[in-house]
Amino acid sequence: MTFDSEYFNIGYLDSLSYKDTFVHRLDPRVKLLVSFVFILFVVSFPKYDISGLIPFFIYPVFLLTAGDIPLRVIAKKVLVVSPFALFIGIFNPLFDTNVLLTLYGISITGGWISFMSIMVKFTLTVSTALLLIAATSFLGLCEALERLKLPKVFVIQLLFLYRYLFVLLEETFRMLRARDARSFGKKGRDIKTFIRLISVLLVRTVERAERIYQAMLSRGFRGEIKVLRRHSLRFQDFLFALFSVSIFYIFRHYNIVNILGETLGRTLR
Amino acid sequence: MHMADALLSPAVGGTFWAGSIGAIAYASRKLRENLDDRLIPLMGVLGAFIFAGQMINFTIPGTGSSGHIGGGMLLAVLLGPYAAFIVIASVLTIQALFFADGGLLALGANIWNMGIYPAFIAYPLIYKAIVKKNASNKVITIASVLSVVIGLQLGALSVVLETKLSGITELPFGTFLLLMQPIHLAIGLIEGFVTAGIVIYVRSLRPDIVDDLEGVKALSTGGSLKKVIIVLGILAVLTGGVFSWFASTYPDGLEWSIEKIYGKSGVPERQNPISGTLTEIQKKIALLPDYSLPATGKEEEKPSWPAVDTITSLSGILGGIMVLVVVVIFGIGMRVLRKKMRKT
Repeated sequence: MTFDSEYFNIGYLDSLSYKDTFVHRLDPRVKLLVSFVFILFVVSFPKYDISGLIPFFIYPVFLLTAGDIPLRVIAKKVLVVSPFALFIGIFNPLFDTNVLLTLYGISITGGWISFMSIMVKFTLTVSTALLLIAATSFLGLCEALERLKLPKVFVIQLLFLYRYLFVLLEETFRMLRARDARSFGKKGRDIKTFIRLISVLLVRTVERAERIYQAMLSRGFRGEIKVLRRHSLRFQDFLFALFSVSIFYIFRHYNIVNILGETLGRTLR
Repeated sequence: MHMADALLSPAVGGTFWAGSIGAIAYASRKLRENLDDRLIPLMGVLGAFIFAGQMINFTIPGTGSSGHIGGGMLLAVLLGPYAAFIVIASVLTIQALFFADGGLLALGANIWNMGIYPAFIAYPLIYKAIVKKNASNKVITIASVLSVVIGLQLGALSVVLETKLSGITELPFGTFLLLMQPIHLAIGLIEGFVTAGIVIYVRSLRPDIVDDLEGVKALSTGGSLKKVIIVLGILAVLTGGVFSWFASTYPDGLEWSIEKIYGKSGVPERQNPISGTLTEIQKKIALLPDYSLPATGKEEEKPSWPAVDTITSLSGILGGIMVLVVVVIFGIGMRVLRKKMRKT
């Protein structure tokens, strides 16, 4: 992944979060908690279960469509992101070679099934996390964290980091462009150059922090930062939470896929 | 190395969330108690710096592949353990949200693996113990290589333990360790030298950044650090206990696996108070401890979906396709609805 595309991606996810849809209007606290509960339900499935997980796709699909978020952006990120689950999961077929299921002469081992299960869980949890930030502004999430009683020092840290993220990314981008303009091929990418480059960036960063502090002081900063509260819980927030969590509960305890499949099989016969 | 949601069980994920939240709360309180106001913008911008710095790649000597800095120990050197921990946690949070690195449930484990070890163990116990005021470049290099390597080894070990405790992977414990630890030894060596290089170079440019901030750090490296570690340990054990108790009252719900680990480490099977499904899974795992592959097709009865007879598995696939179709139709329907609403 190149620097520009990374940079563009963060900015793009951020810009998506300023839309005005039903999902965007929900209280960030509710979205955060419901998504977290969703992930807990998903990962609670035993490792050989795939069918029980499939109905859970309804939640990311709901966020995606009701939140008017382009599918391509999310799908691309899910595909690219975190090879770790794949890296660990791929060992399952090697070590677990019990044949669990034979279909028309093709035997499927437990390892492949648990690997598939990991990948389905991975898709569900990663897409939900991405959709959460695409459907909630980062400031909204910080507000939610503050109101959920997370330490204020931490919330302010997140707000500050986010505020200066784009500034520093642009600064880094300029430095990298300068490096690339002065070097050919693989030159300029050695550790020595890297250390000097990043050290200069660090010094500039600390100097920036000093200037920011002066600016804050001159604007009356006395050690207290207030976090803006813009959202309030409304009826639809409760409705959304209640509805989603009960659906997750039903999906967890009744295997919709098997019930449907058996009914279908019976009617076909 | 980021842990992923898909490899965690709710109990393990929840436990590490509790531990990390506890650590964040503790570090925040410590910072609040005697906060130097300068630290607020400095921490924020340094978080953004780590983020940006991770996008600068360099060529790893001898391999030709490229890597980037992690930055945990660098932060600890610049800010001291408490502030550094908060900054690392904030960077990981933003990575989890915007890049889905790991995921929301795994965030707790990630903050633990990449925050606690460098900030609260490697930095105070190794780096601070070696580096005194006006230390030579050599001493700084030794200290940062050692502390980064040990911090990363602990982190990698922690990843292995979390994954095994969650019981999702089939990788035997020993193989998994052999995969993770050497890789992180190599990463740690490089990261250690780079960290040392940065500290030394920055010290030559602006000595006050490295040395003067000691003033800020001094008040946050009290002698109570041992207490912190003990408290965190107890917290982790307690939450683990509570969660597993909670999990075991839901035999068919939350899948939990401390029992499974016991099963592997040789406790007789009948002593495990778990339901039939889990015993089945456990039997399979118990076949694996000494790297030998179980013979193919010997298992009699299988848990959950992949039932042996073809009729039910066929109906499972049929049902799965149906549900997927319903979800897709639902999605398309929502899109159409949205477009209509926008027109009117």
